[in-house]
Amino acid sequence: MTASAPIAAPGSASATTGAVFRRLSEGNTLPVLIVVTAIVAIWYGFTIYLNAPWQIDTYQRTGAEWTAADLVRDTMAQERPVLPAPHQVVAEIWKTVVDVRPTSNRSLLKHAWITLSSTLLGFAIGTALGILIAVGIVHNRAMDKSVMPWVIASQTIPILAIAPMIIVVLNAVGISGLLPKALISTYLSFFPVVVGMVKGFKSPEAIQIDLMRTYNASGPQTFWKLRWPSALPYLFTSMKVAVAISLVGAIVGELPTGAVAGLGARLLAGSYYGQTVQIWAALFMAAALAAVLVALVGLVQRLVMHRMGAKP
Amino acid sequence: MHSAQNIVEARNVSLTFETNDGPVQALSNVDLAVRRGEFVSFIGPSGCGKTTLLRLVADLEQPTAGELRVGGLSPEEARKARTYGYVFQAPGLFPWRTIEKNIALPLEIMGYSAEEQKRRIASTLELVNLSGFARKFPWQLSGGMQQRASIARALSFDADLLLMDEPFGALDEIVRDHLNEQLLELWARTSKTICFVTHSIPEAVYLSTRIVVMSPRPGRVTDIIESPLPMERRPLDIRESPEFLEIAHRVREGLRAGHSDE
Repeated sequence: MTASAPIAAPGSASATTGAVFRRLSEGNTLPVLIVVTAIVAIWYGFTIYLNAPWQIDTYQRTGAEWTAADLVRDTMAQERPVLPAPHQVVAEIWKTVVDVRPTSNRSLLKHAWITLSSTLLGFAIGTALGILIAVGIVHNRAMDKSVMPWVIASQTIPILAIAPMIIVVLNAVGISGLLPKALISTYLSFFPVVVGMVKGFKSPEAIQIDLMRTYNASGPQTFWKLRWPSALPYLFTSMKVAVAISLVGAIVGELPTGAVAGLGARLLAGSYYGQTVQIWAALFMAAALAAVLVALVGLVQRLVMHRMGAKP
Repeated sequence: MHSAQNIVEARNVSLTFETNDGPVQALSNVDLAVRRGEFVSFIGPSGCGKTTLLRLVADLEQPTAGELRVGGLSPEEARKARTYGYVFQAPGLFPWRTIEKNIALPLEIMGYSAEEQKRRIASTLELVNLSGFARKFPWQLSGGMQQRASIARALSFDADLLLMDEPFGALDEIVRDHLNEQLLELWARTSKTICFVTHSIPEAVYLSTRIVVMSPRPGRVTDIIESPLPMERRPLDIRESPEFLEIAHRVREGLRAGHSDE
């Protein structure tokens, strides 16, 4: 600080608060804040309500004197609450993300990374597979009739039922580790890509198809110069859905295998030992991961669409 | 009738579509010859088969009877030899390509070199007065400018024959007048043959050296009118001249005659 540091003119402080307040009330910030505050308040309400019976039970067993204030305080500080309070979950996340080395087995970041790597691998395979199947369906009538029903049928089987089968079968042929888990993500994520890309490849107008015919364009030329660019907006929309369910697939893939690492393993271990705080922390980490992944796909979409001359 | 002078020849051409309600005769026994360098308009009410006839020439549909020759070849051979450029009712520009890239599309497909593409893009853009808009995306242009860009795209590979299917149908009157004038100028400069489908009588009479009047159910040619108007220069106000009005009258009579047998 120098001696000549400017002294705020009278009223400037209130002017900035005014500006901040205007930004809050005009944008989305204020409504979002209100909703978040409401959710947190309801959550605290339920924390007290759901944890109170056990707490009262404990008071009676130990014969301790207690007041309503004691009850409220103690329901939010249980080690294995029915519903942990928000600040307990935040503290747990802080403890397992910031306070612990990322290489430690107790680090939530490490578990998130393990789940993320299988999510990304499964998502990449699923997207590629989805595009290939869609290309086949659009270009081949027989495939259109024969493959599409199977694609739809595949999604009617509960993933929880089929995930252990995939793991067991692949283990039997000597494939273990990342790939079986990733394939469960693939199983879920190829579907929206097939559906979206079939629609996308069929989206060119009749006159655009006729136009290519008047140029005597070859099949590959029509595909790369017309069908592929027409389908790109559909691809990104599908990929947003696909990346989110890839994450679900990776977590589900960790549940039946007794995996020792990953968000799914954290959820499973948490439920074995009644560590509800740990479960909620893993859930929030998974939700944050999904949000980041969807946002990343959205960012790539905006960049690509901008390069393709989309109206701003 | 077979002659090297004729770029399009149709003999007894018929086309019947099979629909759920039974066969529909879209075109019946069309006989026609378009000479090189002509500007021929096809006019008639909707359902008279004028667009279908153009699509037959372009090998986008195939006749069920009769013989059709385009530049001395079958329509399929002519399409594969890229004998014609086709302008559709809508511009149909690819929205992810700039105007110059849209014009480059047929050139890329036909394997022109990069320098040749550049040269042709510049010259056709100048031909349709869009030189300043090469780097714009289609949505940044008005409807009339987009249609001009689509004409440039059809001209870029320098086919002898230009097939135009109501290219100005969706545009307002003033823009349409302007584009008609430009199209005539372009036709005079390039010595191409143009087949032009329209349902506007003034447009047909103003543009054409010959007008083919068609009528529906079944689609057929009812009259072919040679225009006595001067070829070289046709200012827009020629449309108020007695000669112009006389041809317009004849076209209208032809259209009415086609309707009376319903």
